[in-house]
Amino acid sequence: MNPENIFNFTMDKENLSVKVERSFDAPLDLVWSAWTEAELLDQWWAPKPWRAETKSMDFNEGGRWLYAMVGPQGERRWGLKAFTKIIPRKSFTYRSVFCDENGAVDPATTSSMWVNTFTESKGVTLVTNDIRCETLAHLEAQVKMGFKEGYIMCLDNLEELLALLTKKGQ
Amino acid sequence: MRRDIFQAIADPTRRAIVMLLAVQAMTPNAMAEHFETSRQAVSKHIRILVECDLVEQEQQGREIQYHLKVAKMREIEKWLEQFKVLMAKRFNQLDDVLTRLKERKK
Repeated sequence: MNPENIFNFTMDKENLSVKVERSFDAPLDLVWSAWTEAELLDQWWAPKPWRAETKSMDFNEGGRWLYAMVGPQGERRWGLKAFTKIIPRKSFTYRSVFCDENGAVDPATTSSMWVNTFTESKGVTLVTNDIRCETLAHLEAQVKMGFKEGYIMCLDNLEELLALLTKKGQ
Repeated sequence: MRRDIFQAIADPTRRAIVMLLAVQAMTPNAMAEHFETSRQAVSKHIRILVECDLVEQEQQGREIQYHLKVAKMREIEKWLEQFKVLMAKRFNQLDDVLTRLKERKK
């Protein structure tokens, strides 16, 4: 990451929401494409060594992105993003939920709502994710995957992780 | 039913109770005064918080007072940190994708 990039991560425990801000050194058009086109999403949405694999994408209000997170052993975790509101090149909103390979959602599964907002200034694009959870259990499920990824990442790049943890401990 | 920190704060009434107890230890009666629901309903939520090990009771003379176990709340922060690491990793990969896109456009 370019050290000049903004990366803010704040949480509001009372409202069960997390706000993430990240700037990208690229014009808005490109960043918007990377967030909304399946072939580009597949290249970055899953943290390595996992990879994202799109099964279907309909980027329209009422449409959805159905994809799998594929693990190093070929294990698949299916996810669904149901788009509820799209304002082209400005923002889009979706409900995120785990599902099966056909996109069927277990009624007991909790979801999170993501509002993603894009603004550009001098060729740098700021993306804001307002993530609101029905219950924290949903984020927890994401993070449980994250733990696994974090662990693998740790093996891959122990130094990087240690540096991060050291910084946090200060 | 699962009993952990996430279950504890999954309910808005329980979150409100946690916020109250974050300020000071309270008796069940004092807590119930802050809610429009019945005392019974509040007691049920307190019981769940105790089972989730987020709240503990202490006998004070004739009264029972409930305390928040603050260390437990740190578990939430721990996994939020993990979520942050996940997002950071994702975004670093997006940087690479954007670099490739920019080069292709040239």
